Amino acid sequence: MVLSLGIITIAAAAILGGVYAATKGPIEEAAQAKQVEAVKAVTPDFNNDPVAEMTTVVPEGEERALKVFPARQDGRLVGTAVESYSMNGFSGEITLIYGFDTEGTLTGFEVMAHQETPGLGAKMDEWFKPAEGVAGAEGRTVIGRNPASTNFTVSKDGGDIDAITAATITSRAFLDALARASRANQAFVQNETGAIPAAAVTGATPKAAQAAPSEAAADSTVMAETEDNTLVVAEP
Amino acid sequence: MSRNLRILLNGIISENPTFVLTLGMCPTLGTTGSALTGMSMGLATTGVLICSNVVISLIKNFVPSKVRIPAYIVVIATFVTVLQFLMAAYVPALNALLGIFIPLIVVNCIVLGRAEAFASRNGVFPSLLDGLGMGLGFTIALTLLGAMRELLGSGKIFGLEIYPEAYGSLIFVLAPGAFIALGLLIALFTKIRSPKAC
Repeated sequence: MVLSLGIITIAAAAILGGVYAATKGPIEEAAQAKQVEAVKAVTPDFNNDPVAEMTTVVPEGEERALKVFPARQDGRLVGTAVESYSMNGFSGEITLIYGFDTEGTLTGFEVMAHQETPGLGAKMDEWFKPAEGVAGAEGRTVIGRNPASTNFTVSKDGGDIDAITAATITSRAFLDALARASRANQAFVQNETGAIPAAAVTGATPKAAQAAPSEAAADSTVMAETEDNTLVVAEP
Repeated sequence: MSRNLRILLNGIISENPTFVLTLGMCPTLGTTGSALTGMSMGLATTGVLICSNVVISLIKNFVPSKVRIPAYIVVIATFVTVLQFLMAAYVPALNALLGIFIPLIVVNCIVLGRAEAFASRNGVFPSLLDGLGMGLGFTIALTLLGAMRELLGSGKIFGLEIYPEAYGSLIFVLAPGAFIALGLLIALFTKIRSPKAC
């Protein structure tokens, strides 16, 4: 009895060990390929290796670090991809990669992992992207917008983004992750260029562009706080 | 030959694990949000069923009956883990889509049920056929259920648009729709199998 069960478990362990060793490489490659794909999809054209140059940034007032992938064209920073998360999803954590250009404008995003409801919250990967010929698509698109000129909260909470129909919680979580990514991106760009780039935080509005860098920085801080407060209020 | 064919068809029709035995309801309800996920789940289970049936049939005389259940579970869990490694390595997207339901094949009652009821009493080849038949029956059932839910819920089958998504009723994509669709399909299957029964 002991002998037969022992032999079976030893054989099983040997098989599993073999398969684990054989598939370890391909599994890591697949995970990395997914990350590279996502970074490529969200950032402007680049010719460096953002995954190899990956650094981590801890957004102010938080403990968990976010991965930041710098995209460079001939050594010049053209954009960043930030892997962000939100714990406020309808069912568990949501992981996304957001892309920003050097001015902080959102250039794209990819959903990496989530457990949101199929048909409702799971639609976020399409909902917040521009769709031609769909009525109301402009109101929900986040791509091409800058945190300085857009209030990245759902319209129900007084923001500029229309939430996914019947999935407001997921939408808030999506924007929560976006706010976090945006702050990490800002910190990264600031660190990279040695100064707060006025354009990165003030966006394209002429009035804001003329503002002094220090004022612009103050603006953006308030902005981030507003987003946070709204989200805290929104998720009791 | 006719006996082998009967074993194969037994799993697909007369003892279809989903429509007749109603076994393995967790993945049946959980992974049939679309035809593709349903079919993938069915095929993954089929692979495990065939392998575990064959191995259990091979070791049936070597395992004392007192420890047969732990021994079978070890064999099944080994194959499921191997399957999960392979899926994570070569079809990561599908692996992410099916998520927790792949490791849960270990506790799928069809797999252990066939080990106990068939493979531990029959030769290797009939056990292989039984695993194949049961697996195909499960796959067909999950694909049908997935296609029905996908069609009614989002107007698509295997991602191909049949009618605009706006006309679909979301309930079929969500859990309650799984129960409704499954009930309707079981009724239909029973009616076809024995018209006099209802």
